[in-house]
Amino acid sequence: MRVLLTSCLAALVLLCAPLAQAELTIDITRGNEEATPIAVVPFAEDGAELPQDIAQIVADDLRRSGYFAPLERQNMFAQPSSSDEVTYGDWQALDTRYLVVGRVSQEGGNISIRYELMDVSGESRMLGETVTTKLNQLRAAAHYISDQVFEAITDIRGAFSTRIAYVTSEGVGDNIQYRLMVADADGHNSHQALTSNEPIMSPAWSPDGNKLAYVSFEGGRPGIYVQEVSSGRRVKLTSFEGLNSAPAWSPDGRRLAMTLSRDGQPEIYTMDIATRDLTRITSAPSIETEPAWAPDGQSLIYTSDRSGGPQIYRQNLNGGSPERLTYTGNYNARAQFAPDGESLFLIHKGNNGYQVARQDLDSGRLVELSDARQAESPSVAPNGTMVIFATQQGSRGVLGAVSADGRASFRLPAAQGDVREPAWSPFLN
Amino acid sequence: MQLKPYARSLAVAFSLAFVAGCSSTGGTQEGSMSGSGSGSGTGGTSGVGTGQVSGTGNGSGLNGGAGQMAGSRIPETRTIYFAYDSDSIRPEFQSVLNAHASFLRNNSSASVVLQGHTDERGTREYNLALGERRAGAVEEFLSVQGVSPSQVEVVSYGEERPAARGSNERAYAQNRRVVFAY
Repeated sequence: MRVLLTSCLAALVLLCAPLAQAELTIDITRGNEEATPIAVVPFAEDGAELPQDIAQIVADDLRRSGYFAPLERQNMFAQPSSSDEVTYGDWQALDTRYLVVGRVSQEGGNISIRYELMDVSGESRMLGETVTTKLNQLRAAAHYISDQVFEAITDIRGAFSTRIAYVTSEGVGDNIQYRLMVADADGHNSHQALTSNEPIMSPAWSPDGNKLAYVSFEGGRPGIYVQEVSSGRRVKLTSFEGLNSAPAWSPDGRRLAMTLSRDGQPEIYTMDIATRDLTRITSAPSIETEPAWAPDGQSLIYTSDRSGGPQIYRQNLNGGSPERLTYTGNYNARAQFAPDGESLFLIHKGNNGYQVARQDLDSGRLVELSDARQAESPSVAPNGTMVIFATQQGSRGVLGAVSADGRASFRLPAAQGDVREPAWSPFLN
Repeated sequence: MQLKPYARSLAVAFSLAFVAGCSSTGGTQEGSMSGSGSGSGTGGTSGVGTGQVSGTGNGSGLNGGAGQMAGSRIPETRTIYFAYDSDSIRPEFQSVLNAHASFLRNNSSASVVLQGHTDERGTREYNLALGERRAGAVEEFLSVQGVSPSQVEVVSYGEERPAARGSNERAYAQNRRVVFAY
């Protein structure tokens, strides 16, 4: 009976899976007071009501970036849908700097979205474009519009059309269910890439955004796997004795850096993915782990406790001795380069516990960005503007994000279970 | 979580001291540990029952038996706990390790996976390495006592398989552990 009940439950869980794993939601925890005021007017709709509110998705994207403070809809005097209907004075009176308007029309299964961006103080149109899409691609179209608006105003490429991978776990002791999930950068459209009752760790996107490397303990031993995101097809790349940990793709996508303890101590290796040839990078009687590539692919940074506690070191791949990069405090770990290569994002333990910090490489100055509980696993957006990380809310693991200047932050709580180890994808378009 | 490098050599020193004790008495009973400050006989194991062990569901009072029956049965206590920032074997758990060492020596076909765990503080991949260091300290202890390396495997889970949830010292203490999985 008990067995029967269990299998019924299992079947039920499978059936309910898409519902039970309710999507991540967004809570803004710190707004940027210097954010630029913008108004995204609800888009006019010709024909049947759309299942998604395009203007709301765009406004949410822009707010989350920390760069913009979208005007609340109830404060809008007028709701123009094209630039000819705009009375600039209305928006100047509200101190709005920029204005986005649009109109959506449907013809059969095709949707056209005409949107325009206006500079309110300059009283000029900056952008106008018609996007055609399908009913089930409305969110993607909205994120595309957010990307265009963001770049037109800030000169920084938008990263709203990207995705995140993360790991969830539910249960305790011997009954933990682990899942590797992939979702849009705003937490929507989540789907399961892998589930296991053994730990799943360290997801990492290939530079082309098509594959994920990760660590899975299925079978009771850790291995590094590479999985194609669209098909779910995967290969097991390593299963050496000891640690198989912390995979990191080289910028050209041909190699993975990783941590193996096959030779005794945890050391950094690189593997040529095509030939499986291993090159040992570090050699020390201490822990070396958490490798990350410099954007030019010429050096690796990693965590080592050779000084007594974890600190970040840099090793040129052409040889030479490692250089210690961090000196602030006695715990600095899991560093990653900013896309421009000029600073590092890492976990720093200071008076506020474990926080996401940024260290400028030239000056060596370290600044804490997050104000969170037990922050870990920072992952930077491909445009360098935001860092997503794992933290705790109540007794649960949730994802948090903070702008690279620390001025804006938000959380992405899930409906249930622990969420951790976010990995931000590269640009996908 | 941090483990000091010297802790590892400390663990080895403990094991060596123990083996010296063993060879002088020719036995594997807890009595040989009487000089280490952990008490003698089963009294030396009472520390197992104090504080952090609630997650294992076994423990107190069983280890004396485990020592006597080491030749035939897998010892009952299969989890030992560690102090914060440490991979050194605590004196109260040495009798547990002795029992496992005897069992493995007397049963050369038996093998064990030493599962190393840490508490949740700090980064996951670094904690994975710390969990391995902790299980490695146990592996070395067993090896020094004559257990064949082919019978012992180390798998670190870092902070990925907590025995207890919660961000408090009670949960942390239950999670900093090495489990003998036969």
